[in-house]
Amino acid sequence: MRRGMPGWRRLKGLIRKEYYQIIRDPSSIAIAFVLPAVLLFIFGYGVSLDAKNVPLALVVEQPSPATASLIGDFQDSQWFEPKHFNDIHTAQEALRHREVMGILWLRSSFTRELFSGGPAPIGLFLNGVDGNTARIVAGYVQGVWGKWLVRYAQSQGRELTMPVDVQQRIWFNPEVRSTNFLVPGLIAVIMTLIGALLTSMVVAREWERGTMEALLVTPVRLREILLGKLIPYFVLGMGGQILSVAMAVWLFEVPLRGSLWVLMGVSALFLLAALGMGLLISTVAHNQFVAGQLAIFTTFLPAFILSGFIFDIGSMPGWVQTITHVIAARYFVQVLQSVFLAGDVWPVILVNSVALVIMTAVFMGLVRLRSRKRLE
Amino acid sequence: MFRRIWALVVKEFLALLKDKTSRMTLIIPPLFQLLIFSYAASFDLNQVNYAVFNQDPGIASRELLGYFKGSPAFKLTATLDHLGQVAPAVNEQKVLMVLHIPQDFTRNMLEGRSGQLQVIIDGRNSNTAMVLLGYINTIVTTFSTQWSQDHGWASPPAELKVRTWFNPNLESRWFIVPGIVGLLTLVVALVVTALSVAREREAGTFDQLLVTPLHPAEILIGKALPGIIIGLAEGSLIVFLTVNLFGVPMLGGLGALYLGMGLFIVSAVGLGLMISSIAVTQQQALLGAFLFLVPAVILSGFATPIANMPVLVQKLTLLNPLRYFLVIVRSVFLEGAEMSLLMPLYWPMAVIGVVTMIIAGWLFRNRLY
Repeated sequence: MRRGMPGWRRLKGLIRKEYYQIIRDPSSIAIAFVLPAVLLFIFGYGVSLDAKNVPLALVVEQPSPATASLIGDFQDSQWFEPKHFNDIHTAQEALRHREVMGILWLRSSFTRELFSGGPAPIGLFLNGVDGNTARIVAGYVQGVWGKWLVRYAQSQGRELTMPVDVQQRIWFNPEVRSTNFLVPGLIAVIMTLIGALLTSMVVAREWERGTMEALLVTPVRLREILLGKLIPYFVLGMGGQILSVAMAVWLFEVPLRGSLWVLMGVSALFLLAALGMGLLISTVAHNQFVAGQLAIFTTFLPAFILSGFIFDIGSMPGWVQTITHVIAARYFVQVLQSVFLAGDVWPVILVNSVALVIMTAVFMGLVRLRSRKRLE
Repeated sequence: MFRRIWALVVKEFLALLKDKTSRMTLIIPPLFQLLIFSYAASFDLNQVNYAVFNQDPGIASRELLGYFKGSPAFKLTATLDHLGQVAPAVNEQKVLMVLHIPQDFTRNMLEGRSGQLQVIIDGRNSNTAMVLLGYINTIVTTFSTQWSQDHGWASPPAELKVRTWFNPNLESRWFIVPGIVGLLTLVVALVVTALSVAREREAGTFDQLLVTPLHPAEILIGKALPGIIIGLAEGSLIVFLTVNLFGVPMLGGLGALYLGMGLFIVSAVGLGLMISSIAVTQQQALLGAFLFLVPAVILSGFATPIANMPVLVQKLTLLNPLRYFLVIVRSVFLEGAEMSLLMPLYWPMAVIGVVTMIIAGWLFRNRLY
């Protein structure tokens, strides 16, 4: 079947038109480059799960050399910012007003019980509203206290051995730096936004302005229209991805242990899925207004919460785990965290890449189906 | 004047609700997301797949492993025979951790020395690794205490007794679910307002609106009210479900919560209208909405504590209304905070609301294309 022009020339024309549209409204370029730069900057510097300088109230009812050495250890620790209180009531008031995160309470009987062989109780009160932070702080306190205990026993001429000595090896991120896992995950969230933002408006805009009907009466085929939309935004999105990876490696010093080519290849697959989702939003919505609303609802929060970027998917209830399978960012997060921190782990890369290809195919298929229906 | 504003409010509601897709967009996603996110968002681990590489035939290792087996958070998925199997199991994410017990574990412990337990953890998600390490230490401490008693080891001269206020089991769900109330309320307020002025600008109807007898302040109120009403309605529904479906305790009063929610929605609507009136096209408005929404969520203390941020970023969060609202929601829910205690959190939101509304109203007239 021959028409006036070969397909690739029509496609070239469409791409050129899209290119002019991108150049003339700078918001597309801003989406591809300003959005990732701003967000990575804020995130990379702003977000950390490593608690430091935790305000901790210290209440010592009867000072003695033993309490002084314990308190000294807390003052020297980089985790705590100790605040001294004279009695437990004012300290509890401070805990209630969120001035301190916890209270370490050494009662007046502490020294006496310690000398009589103990065990002398040390009270630790924590504000548990943020359960995760409370658990981390409890761990820090236990660490400082455990070290003091061994030293104290030694000073008394006793050897304190614990039955089990836990030797922890945390692979891929031995210093447990949360930036190393937050930044790769964040790239997945940002790329979801970029993909959906770039394309969610473009088809809806053509329908809203009536130019879609105009396009459809030309010899251009639907496939060419969709490709003409995809290619320019794909190029733009990959530019954003390269910028994000460069910032991750050079600005935030996240190690890149896998190969750059694998990373870029999977990024391209993911970007296609994200752009496909944007096109689907654009096709389902009748106008830009609804497309924009759908984009806000369906992109950021699902990618943030359900991708495993910050919350462990394995610990979600089964039915929620099933739902996470329709979030493209989920597959990308796994690949990013592996390629950045662990290297090219092929079983992880292949399974997730296949999933991304399937998602892209489903999105594109739905877009074609919905677009054809609109014509009737 | 009231009739003029009323007419505008009716028109705005029609614009939002007459289209079926738009109506669905406003109602379905927030409710579904509340349901899904509330179950999904938790730092607690309850299914840790682990493998055991046990070289010790003795009794101590068997007892220790029994403690892990008995813990509901752990699930034994593989038993390894040699060291070479450890790396692939962790690399390919088949297991999150491997417990390695060397040959001399029981012998050492029977002779009064420490037995070595080697724990290998996948650190790709370092927070999960930290939480997991805490779980492991708890189990090992329980085992050690029991072993010390059974075998007559000296007990430590002091012991730490931890008591946690407001959330005794340290369930992070109690912390996260009230946070989701704030997140979804913000998203709803933004969805309603962020595109509304930009759409009229793009269609040219905003110029028509400006030449009517309506004062910019009246246009502002007419544009803001639907967002506030829808935001309050959906916010109430979300709070209702949080208490009745997820069983998060609501210790404080509704008054303290609603004063906070009202001020928060006003400030979110103000920000949405400001973004909308800066933008010339709807695509720009959408970009603006995301450039506000994403940092607002990330820097709110929803998932990562504000106290861990650098001082400069902490100062920046003072401009973020969600930051204040999250503290209010959590305090009212979990701590039963009184209105008077929350005063320092109410007024910044009011200031943000008033300032952004004034800027939006000024931009109506002074940004013409």
